[in-house]
Amino acid sequence: MLGIDDPYVLMAYLGAVSMAVIGIIYGLVRRNAARDEVTPEDRLWALDEKKVDDDF
Amino acid sequence: MTGHSSVGWVDIVVILAYLFATGYLGWLGYRGTRSAADFLVGGRSAHPIIMAVSYGATFISTAAIVGFGGVAGLFGMSLLWLTVLNIGFGILIAFIFLGEPTRRLGHHLRAHTFPELLGRRYQSRGIQIFAGALIFLFMPLYAAAVMTGGSIFAATQFGIDFEVALLIFALITAAYVIPGGIKAVMYTDTLQGFVMVFAMIFLLVFTYMSLGGITEAHNTLTDMADLVPAPLAQMGHQGWTAMPAFGWGAPSYDLWWTVITALVLGVGIGVLAQPQLVVRFMTVRSRRELDRAVPIGAVFILLMVGTPFVVGSLSNAWFAQKGPLLQGKVVEVINVEKDRALVELMQQSESGAWTSILNPKTQAPVRAPMIIGERTSAQDGEGATFELVAGRSIAATYTKGDADKIIPAFIMAAMPHWFGVIFFLALLAAAMSTMSSQFHTIGTAAGRDLYERISDKGYQREPSILVMRLAIMIGLIIAVTISYTVRQEYVIARFTAIFFGLCAASFLPAYIGGLVSKRVTRAGALASMTVGMSISLFWLAFIKAREASAIGLVQLVTDGKTSLLANYPNWPSVDPIIIALPASLLTLILVSAFTRPPDKAHLRRCFPD
Repeated sequence: MLGIDDPYVLMAYLGAVSMAVIGIIYGLVRRNAARDEVTPEDRLWALDEKKVDDDF
Repeated sequence: MTGHSSVGWVDIVVILAYLFATGYLGWLGYRGTRSAADFLVGGRSAHPIIMAVSYGATFISTAAIVGFGGVAGLFGMSLLWLTVLNIGFGILIAFIFLGEPTRRLGHHLRAHTFPELLGRRYQSRGIQIFAGALIFLFMPLYAAAVMTGGSIFAATQFGIDFEVALLIFALITAAYVIPGGIKAVMYTDTLQGFVMVFAMIFLLVFTYMSLGGITEAHNTLTDMADLVPAPLAQMGHQGWTAMPAFGWGAPSYDLWWTVITALVLGVGIGVLAQPQLVVRFMTVRSRRELDRAVPIGAVFILLMVGTPFVVGSLSNAWFAQKGPLLQGKVVEVINVEKDRALVELMQQSESGAWTSILNPKTQAPVRAPMIIGERTSAQDGEGATFELVAGRSIAATYTKGDADKIIPAFIMAAMPHWFGVIFFLALLAAAMSTMSSQFHTIGTAAGRDLYERISDKGYQREPSILVMRLAIMIGLIIAVTISYTVRQEYVIARFTAIFFGLCAASFLPAYIGGLVSKRVTRAGALASMTVGMSISLFWLAFIKAREASAIGLVQLVTDGKTSLLANYPNWPSVDPIIIALPASLLTLILVSAFTRPPDKAHLRRCFPD
């Protein structure tokens, strides 16, 4: 199949594509499934991070 | 080698225009929202494409494209298992299972670096210093791999010396990372990501089209199994579309153990514990943003690592069909029907006589497998008549056996010149986006995790920033020195594999254990990290032949052998990760089971939900 006789190499070739397809399906299915909120703790963390970045 | 290795003024203009565009975009970014932290501070969300491509651009570098692509040119498509693991572990498992717990734990503990995350999770200054030191000491090895990849390509493409290319590359890197490119400017990363995507799609489509389509190209490569050079065949190479021979206890299985344990597992699993990637999860706004980034990340990685591995392998078919003609005399017939033979390569001297090409190291005549196209009569240096054959060979013949040069040589010989310049920009982009993260991680490891923790005077901003800048410069000098001095077989892939394997064995059990288990203890984590690192370093210095022989200690204790287990076939090819990672995991479980659990108040802070 596809000019590759070794089943393990063929499995890797198709497996790589399949992994990407799984990623696409996952992203589509879960697109709005999780909550999207920024907590005060998240913002505090980001302010810290920004401060270090700016100093740098 | 054919091609057009020169620097034209158009090339220089295009490269400078790209560098200015990157700089301008970065400058625009500095004036407004630029980093992931800025997005988070503003309560806004970076587009998932920006988040995923920026992560991917940090993940993928010249090491993957030139280094591992070249290894695929040498060993074949078995390396595609690394693509499977890169997407499976590096995107699916990392984003779906580790991303959100890392983000939450990092924010709960207000950790900003990977060592800090571990240190605060386990309430241990020692763990933070340990992790910071490991990163500071070994990250330059990985940076050297990235730098070597870019420099080899530039040297081949523009026909300049490797040393000159390395110097230019180092100067560009210094100009990029020292004044401020080390900040995670997501738009710049994304621009770089898009350049990489364009280059990879064009490269893949062009390669398949030039070989007659997907199936035809693979068929051609499958049919070339008898052209595998004898030294590789003796290690278990069975063709570029076949897995290496699998088994245990004979040298003919060495290649399987090298490809699968070092290159596939070492790098494939090691990506989960890459400090510069783990911290990226903390800058993400929410679980939803992570979920939305998965599809783009998966496709990006498929293109970035799948393409070089396929193209690297197929470069053998291209060179065998369309590569420059080589001449020589037949030493051994490989296949009469297909007119293939092992040929002693020859060149014509100024006097018109044909003389053998000698290997500069061994002074022995160079031999290569060849698909013969023409046969003529010629005279050798002594005036004797012989049958001169002309034909084409596999990729490694054209790069004198250097795997790191296969992708650059293929691009130069097969692709239009303008694409070589675009591909160089893609490599520059891949290198810069990765190196900015690498050097940022080196800087924070030295400043925040080592200097501040060792002095233990709390957060000392000014001295710490100075230490970070110094550490970045030292890291850069070390990386350039390593690139300059170490030029061995597929060194780019090996350096990368060493660093990834070392990170996996030292950090992975403690990192994942700290995310998912409340029972893992400080002693367990520290013991696990110590065991993982010690076994990895011992294995690299005394067991794994290729690395051990380069380090040189093992020869001193064994009277010249390249491994303590040199008399036991396959052991010297096994990567440390196979021993060190399970040992590190087992240590984490056992020591945690017999030591006092962390206090409940701290656990409530780590896992408030």
